[in-house]
Amino acid sequence: MKDNAFKMAEYGKKALTAFLALISIAYVFPVFMVVVNSFKENTFVKTETFAMPTGESFVGWANFIKGMTFGGYPFVNSVMYSVVITVLSTALIIVVTSMAAWYITRVDTDFCRAVYYLCVFSMVVPFQMLMFTLSKTADNLGFNTPWTIPVIYLGFGAGLAVFMFVGFVKGIPLDIEEAASIDGCGPLRTFFSVVLPMMKPTLVSVTILEMMWVWNDYLLPYLVLDITEYRTLPIHIQYLKGSYGTVDLGATMALILLSIIPVIIFYLACQKHIIKGVAAGAVKG
Amino acid sequence: MKRRRDPAAVNSDIIRRPIQRCAPIFLWPMVAAFCIGFIWPFAQGLFLSFTKFKTTSKWTWVGLDNYVKALADESFRYSFGYTALYAIVSVILINVLAFAVAYALTQKIKGANLFRTVFFMPNLIGGIVLGYIWSMIFDGLLSGYGKSILTDSTWGFWGLVILMCWQQIGYMMIIYIAGLQAVPEDMLEAAKIDGANGWQTLFKVTIPNVMPSITICMFLTLSNGFKLFDQNLALTGGYPYIINPDGTSVHTTEMLALNIYNTFYGQNTGARGVAQAKAVLFFILVAGLSILQLRATRDKEVAA
Repeated sequence: MKDNAFKMAEYGKKALTAFLALISIAYVFPVFMVVVNSFKENTFVKTETFAMPTGESFVGWANFIKGMTFGGYPFVNSVMYSVVITVLSTALIIVVTSMAAWYITRVDTDFCRAVYYLCVFSMVVPFQMLMFTLSKTADNLGFNTPWTIPVIYLGFGAGLAVFMFVGFVKGIPLDIEEAASIDGCGPLRTFFSVVLPMMKPTLVSVTILEMMWVWNDYLLPYLVLDITEYRTLPIHIQYLKGSYGTVDLGATMALILLSIIPVIIFYLACQKHIIKGVAAGAVKG
Repeated sequence: MKRRRDPAAVNSDIIRRPIQRCAPIFLWPMVAAFCIGFIWPFAQGLFLSFTKFKTTSKWTWVGLDNYVKALADESFRYSFGYTALYAIVSVILINVLAFAVAYALTQKIKGANLFRTVFFMPNLIGGIVLGYIWSMIFDGLLSGYGKSILTDSTWGFWGLVILMCWQQIGYMMIIYIAGLQAVPEDMLEAAKIDGANGWQTLFKVTIPNVMPSITICMFLTLSNGFKLFDQNLALTGGYPYIINPDGTSVHTTEMLALNIYNTFYGQNTGARGVAQAKAVLFFILVAGLSILQLRATRDKEVAA
């Protein structure tokens, strides 16, 4: 009897694994289709979407070459702007909000609490509520270039970061910082050489969450930046598909492929941190 | 926050005073950016919803007029119903499937890590790109029937549901796995010894223990559902349209966020006040739902 039950459980597990494997294949399928179609001639993408590129439909690297200057805008520029904006914004958010969170927790005046509750409040405000006024404000103050837009990201995205950092700092015992200050460390030194290293797990989580958000964000940069000059990857791809008369699907797929390859490599390399970061961010949110 | 009253608070003055003197370095940069990027635009947006304006500097006060017009707007009411329907369907589907996958992956099966990696992958890809990947897939499926995702609103709806399931199941799965791994092993064993079958254990032991994860996931999927924009724009962009005899149109797959966007940046620049009023209503809805839902599920956690 017991043996049978055990065997049943084993079979059940094998069936489950097989089933999950099937779902996994279905999961990878859309991305695989992007790869397949990026090598096809435009007209075949629509008529024979699921066929392999063979014979007359196969165009080799032509779509990729065409994609480089597709839509009259160099693809390389949009990669560059996406990287600049993501790196600068994330770095700025991390440094500024972690410092503010430490100040808010340790000083803890009524003003600090007000700032903290406003940050929490900002997390439930949808972007549409302030997209018009925010893009005008950014324009008027000159925060409308890839090098200055990080300030806007900091302002709009501070809520979650401050919330997560405050949650973490509250759990750090005061003794360590007291010891540091008795030993003659000023606040700056205490923060950067004592507090910040302790914050590492939250630092990683916030970095991951903010990077994922900024890299994929479409509407904020679209409304704030001058898009004839500065296009991030999502803006470029939307522009090609959305407002272009005759869309070259093959070349669009080639660009989509090029834009997701680095993300997937990054994901496979930092998978553990990314998954931990998401779990940590969610549990606190 | 209670630190002031506990005895350690006396000591913390050693720390507090010097930090307070450094406010310009520690606090002001964040507060300044927060004012530019959130507080000022939010206040201005709230104010402008009671005015008629084309640019933020030229406005005339119209009181509640914009709100009346927004609520009378057929396309706005349609998109509200559409968004609500989408949110209900997607919250149920995503959470049930994500929980099932997470449950399966925590049964000590082979290759669990690989499956987890694959299921989470779509979250790294942005909404615009996801929308275009899936519009290619759906158009490929439908072209055989002479249709396109842009011409069939039923496909437009389910297409978006499929896309969002594909993207969000992996995200919610991660949260559910974290919750499931925290269920005490001895509780599960006790249930087994007491003769509970698999389903009883699941509903009486496992689910009550992962209530916090369920709270979080419901909250996230619900607010993601209502706030959805990029995927909606890229997959169907609101198409197909129904043109009314009086010249107004209803975009049959347009969700709230896209409706507000189109009102702001459409050809009728005189409607920006109405768009801002819609945005305020949208904000109240999203914020209200978040608060209600957190409260409802928090109560259940205590009961469990």
